[in-house]
This record gives sequence, C-alpha cells and structure tokens, in this order.
Amino acid sequence: MKKTLKIAMLYPREMNIYGDHGNLEVLTHRAKLYGFDVEQIIYEPDEKLPADVDIILGGGGQDSGQNKIVDDLIKIGSQLHKLAGNGVPMLMICGLYQLFGHYFLTKDDQKIAGIGIFDMVTKAGSERLISNIVTNWDDYKLVGYENHSGLTTLNNKQKPFAKVVAGAGNNGDDQTEGARIHNVFGSYLHGPILSKNPKFADELLMLAARRKFSDEFLKPRDESAKKQLVKIHEIAEQAREIAMKRPR
Amino acid sequence: MRIFLISLIGKIVALATRVRGGHGSALPGLIMEKIDPRFLGKILGNLPFGVVVISGTNGKTTTTKMVTELLRANGLKVFTNPSGSNFTRGVASSALKQMKWGKLRADIAVLELDEAHAVHFVNKIAPKYSLLLNVFRDQLDRFGEIDTTAKFLEKIAEKTTGTVILNREDPLVSKIPARVKKYFGYSRVVAKLFPNDDELYGITDKKSNQPAEIILEKFENDVAEFNIGATKLQLGGAHNALNAVAALALVKTILDCSNKSGNDEVGIFNPEKMLRALSEIKPAFGRGESFVIDGQPLELNLVKNPSGFRIVIASQYNKNAATMIAINDHYSDGRDMSWLWDVDFSAVKSVDVVSGIRANDMALRLMCQDIKIGDINTNLRASLTQFLSQNPDTPKQIFATYTAMLEIRKILKKECRK
Repeated sequence: MKKTLKIAMLYPREMNIYGDHGNLEVLTHRAKLYGFDVEQIIYEPDEKLPADVDIILGGGGQDSGQNKIVDDLIKIGSQLHKLAGNGVPMLMICGLYQLFGHYFLTKDDQKIAGIGIFDMVTKAGSERLISNIVTNWDDYKLVGYENHSGLTTLNNKQKPFAKVVAGAGNNGDDQTEGARIHNVFGSYLHGPILSKNPKFADELLMLAARRKFSDEFLKPRDESAKKQLVKIHEIAEQAREIAMKRPR
Repeated sequence: MRIFLISLIGKIVALATRVRGGHGSALPGLIMEKIDPRFLGKILGNLPFGVVVISGTNGKTTTTKMVTELLRANGLKVFTNPSGSNFTRGVASSALKQMKWGKLRADIAVLELDEAHAVHFVNKIAPKYSLLLNVFRDQLDRFGEIDTTAKFLEKIAEKTTGTVILNREDPLVSKIPARVKKYFGYSRVVAKLFPNDDELYGITDKKSNQPAEIILEKFENDVAEFNIGATKLQLGGAHNALNAVAALALVKTILDCSNKSGNDEVGIFNPEKMLRALSEIKPAFGRGESFVIDGQPLELNLVKNPSGFRIVIASQYNKNAATMIAINDHYSDGRDMSWLWDVDFSAVKSVDVVSGIRANDMALRLMCQDIKIGDINTNLRASLTQFLSQNPDTPKQIFATYTAMLEIRKILKKECRK
C-alpha cells in the first residue's frame, strides 16, 4: 500500500514573497523519490486545516500581507499548538516565523499578536538585514538568503534553530538564528531553505514518516530515484559552496 | 557661460578617460555634478518639450527605445540615456556627448530610470511627463518589499508637472494618484497573456475600468491589434506589444499636449505613421536580440525577475531550439536566488547548458521540476563555447541575467564577426 504524506502550506497567496513556495515543491519532490505519495494542501483564510496533516510549511510576506492573514492565524492558533505538541513537523520562514512568536511590534509601535508557539518577540528594526547567510545547525551548515527588518529576540528558555556563521540571523546581535520547539522550526532563511539544504529537507520528511508510519529511515523508491538523489546532493553541495563565498 | 565651461571640463575628462582606455561613462558626469550640482537641471530645464521619465520593473529599456524612435519619426530631436546609465551622473555624462557650446542639442529628453534612481532624479529635475509601466517582484534584495517599489513610483507621479501615464492593468500602478493622468491597457481577450504576480498565486484583483488612451485589443503571431490600428512587430512576444501600447500612449500624450499648448513644431498624432514606425523598431540589445552563428539563428533573452522570466518562457520559448540558461548574482542581477523558484519551468523541455555563477542554483530549480539538463558549468565563456559547438545545426536560445547577458553578448558579437 502507498504511504501518503499530507503537506500543507499556509497562506501562499500573501505569505510567499521570496520563493518560499519552493519549500513545498522540494519536499514533495523528495518525498516522491523516497516512495511516498504526497497530498498538497494549500491553506488560505477561512478554510479548514485537516487534523491529520503531516507537515506544515509557511513563508514570508510583506507587512501588508501579514495584516491580511493574522486574524485567521489567531483563529487556527490553538489547533497549531495542539499539532505542534503532537510532534507534527513544521517549518515557518520569515513573516510566519515572526507570527509564531508572541508578537511583532511595528515601527509605529503597533503590536501584532502572534500565536506564541515560539517563546520570542520581534520588533521592527531601523534597517533591513539583507544578505547571504550561513548558519550551523549542529554540524551541518545551512545556507540561504535573509531579507527582513524585524529583529527577533528569543526568551531565555527558547532554543534557537541554528547559530550564525555569516550574516545577521535573528537580530544581528546574539548570533542566534531561528527557533525550534518540538518539531517546529522557525527561520529567516529564504533560498528557499530546503532547496540548498537537502539534509534539513530530509529531516522534516523523516520526522513526519517516523510519526505516521514508524519508519526508521528514508529509502529511495528505486535505483533511478537513488541516482537522482545522489545527483541533487552533488549539485546542492556545489550550490552551497558557491553561495558561502558570495558577497553580501 | 558657466554651463559651457563645466561641459568643456566634462568633455576634457571624458577624452582623458578614453585615452587611458576607460569607458568614460560616469566620471565626467560625476565631476560636472561636483562642480555644479544643478548642472543637469540647468541643461535639461530648457528643453522645449521637457523631460520624460520612464520607470517600472519590466520593459523600461524597450519602451524607452520605442518612445525615442516614435518621437524621432515625428521630427523631434531626442536625448536619451543608454540603458544602465541610470544614475543622474550617468545621465549627465550621456548628455555631455550631445552638447555643443554648452547647450544640449535636443527638443526633449526621454530617460529610462530604475525605480530607486528615479526618485533621486525627480527630486532634482521635475519631469513634464512620466510613464509608469508596472511593479513586479524584482531585486527585493535592493528594495525590500514590492510596496516600497510602488511608493517610489508614487513619488515620480507626485513630482510630474504635466501628465502621468499609467498601466491600467497593474493594480499597484493604476491606483497611483496624479494631478493629470492617462492610461494604457489591454482588452480582456489578451489578459491571459499577461499573468501578474498575484494571479500566479490565485489572487484575482478587480481590474480598473478607466478609459485608456491606447488599448491592445488582440495579439497573434506578433501582429498587434490596437484600438488605433494593427501592425506586425519585429520585437517578438506579447510583452513587447504591451510595451508598444505604453509607448504609443506616451507619444500621443506628448503630441496632443504640445499641439494644445500651441507648439506647432510637431504634427498631430498620426496613427498610421506611428504604427509604421513601430513596425520598424528592432529589439534593444539583449532583449530578444537575434544573432546568426554559423548560419543558425540564436536568440538572446534577458531575464531578471520572475514575471519577466515567465513571460519570456510563455511567448519566446522555442521547444525546437537548443537552450542555455545563465544565472549570475552580481549586484545588478540581484543577489538572492529565491526568485528562480517563482518561475514555472514546466513548459521547458530540456536545458542543454546551465551556466553562470549560480548555475547550480538554477539546476536545482530545474531538477525539482524533473526537467532534463545537460551540462552545468559556472564558467560562462567555456559553457557558451560548448553550447555553440555542441549544437551546430539547430536554432539556439539563451536566457541570461543582466551581467551574464552582457558577457554572452560580447562573445557573440565576436563570433558574428568571424
């Protein structure tokens, strides 16, 4: 019997300004190479988020876009908390990462409430942090591009996702990048992050497969899938190496 | 007299840099601006037909070229800036070349300015007309957000003393306030040829119902049918038909306004004459430019943002031609590669060569859509040579970002001379 993974993307209409939709494409592509069927769920305001969703993704948006979706996010907040507590892997980039914290304080001191899955707050900074960024996620380097004006501060007990090697990260100050709780990851890395960091993409798939099917590892569908995965790995390594050397 | 002296100094600097082997493009302008910050304002301020600013994300270079040639067909002497010299100092340097005895020999200035530079420019020199084309996701690593880009265009409109010409079909542009404004647009029939960023993600904005000066009614096989008549364009692709609508609307406005204010040096807007002139316009460099290499056609297309890339694939992609894609990430290409993931490549059959500094990023994007790729090589020169030699008997097409396009073009020009 085919194993199906349900992968949801939150609000791609408003929250997808820097190609974050690509994370959904990469996960779907890799999941298929590992022999899963994928059901993509595009979630927009006032729709129903299925209770049996296996992975949830979210991207960044403009300030105007965040205003449009924030009410709906608050509405599904308790469901997201429950899913997070149940170990559902999630990846929130930039704008939605910020709204997974307690609040976002705008330039005009307007407080936009988030859903508080991450114990952190974000305040509008005076200039945008825009650059190539490299971080250490344990011993694996995550490579991406950041472009945000919000400065995020993690509260004491909130663990970061990774440590900044080059670039600004959460606030340009304390070398933290992103946040993690349970299997929920938040990050400022665009790229999209999963395209150049296949090991992280596989981690999300692995977490989902372990939870749903008690799989112990990911296995390529067949010989040709295995070859493709190797090729993607090689090209991603090249892309990562070059990106790490590029200015700003 | 003062202007004469400054321009003389500028000319000497330009000559000196050329003697030393430089391009001499921006330096003279920079020096002239240092001596007199109002230099550019003084020489452009006296033009009888004023200054025209053309801005927006896509189509600036081609539209500026069209407007310039249409105005010239009406007997006007036009000063225009070559693409890429967007800074005020670049404009000053190019003005210098057209100056004699301290005076710019021109009736009107038609300037292509990128959104951010345009704001600096209009703060110094108020344009009489401005043409605002569109706002797409582009170079967000420079501007931050699309809403920021839209604000730049609002500033240009605010500073325009005469008429602002707006794209009726772009919701971010059509709502820009202006004292006097006119629109260009297209009919619902051709709307599907121009997907905007929002529609890509399922947003269907209510379109404006404003009456438009010039409208594209139909477009088929490079024949553009406007509300003022039809013509075949040498510039391929629906996006160029849209650039033509914008150019025609601007030229009509300039001629109408000049006639109304009693300036009888130019005739009235003659649709037949304008369409004829339009049909003779060739692509601006690197924008769908054609080369012949060893007897086979090669088309070079600039791609610089998702919407541009999507439109080029939709209207220019030839599935029977060998294909090369070259992606660089210098400042003027945009440093962030995320944009490649906002382009749907599913219509592309295969890519023979992927090149440029970020060839591997491009390859990852293509592989995720299961598109067959041949070679991946970050060395542009080597991969271009390989692309040409491996596909001697077929038509070819290259899609390249700005700096990659410049480099490829330079090599192709040499190839053509052989």
